[in-house]
Amino acid sequence: MYKFAARFKRNIYQKFNFLNESMQQYETVIILTPLLSEEVSKEAIAKFRSILTEGGAEIVHEDNWGLKKLAYPIDKKTTGFYHLIEFKAPGELISKLEVEYKRDERVMRFLTIRLDKHALAYNEKKRSGAFNKKAETSKSEEVAN
Amino acid sequence: MANDQIQYVTAPKVEDNRKKYCRFKKNGIKYIDYKDANFLLKFVNDQGKVLPRRLTGTSLKFQRKVAQAVKRARHIGLLPYVADSLK
Repeated sequence: MYKFAARFKRNIYQKFNFLNESMQQYETVIILTPLLSEEVSKEAIAKFRSILTEGGAEIVHEDNWGLKKLAYPIDKKTTGFYHLIEFKAPGELISKLEVEYKRDERVMRFLTIRLDKHALAYNEKKRSGAFNKKAETSKSEEVAN
Repeated sequence: MANDQIQYVTAPKVEDNRKKYCRFKKNGIKYIDYKDANFLLKFVNDQGKVLPRRLTGTSLKFQRKVAQAVKRARHIGLLPYVADSLK
């Protein structure tokens, strides 16, 4: 019963958001296999970028984390190329994008999430000066502890 | 009879005056980033399980968000699903 109520509430919120602004902001992280050469991985990312822009999305921010060690092996590989794209897109595009991810063998893992207003504020802050903010929070936590 | 020393039958309770608090409420953190694995490490035990609220003091609202963030971090390989000695 409670769950139903929560879902109902969420639907209402989504509808209102839809009225205010037809584009939601999303964030997607993809992990590419480490076996690729740099050019191929760049090309793969360019492909997804073009899927986004052709679908009417507007790319807000991109971040390449490079080759990172995984916490556990995925597809028998212990490392992966991480890439993050933050974008504004109409909701229908997301399923198309994820289908493309699934079809592409170079993608080991992906995660796409919708950003709420707190997440937007956080990302904005991180982009403007991540280092200062991190130092601040860790400091205040040290005092608290 | 004249035993001045007080003897307790059961050990007296030592009260811990430090009250637990929700660090998100206190520090005004509204969003928990799933990409920050080092931060999330504070909310999992050395097996990689999410710590209960009664240990961390996190409020219910943020405990849900912590759990969500930990699960996302696990999915993209930043935190392990199972581990032996994480810390």
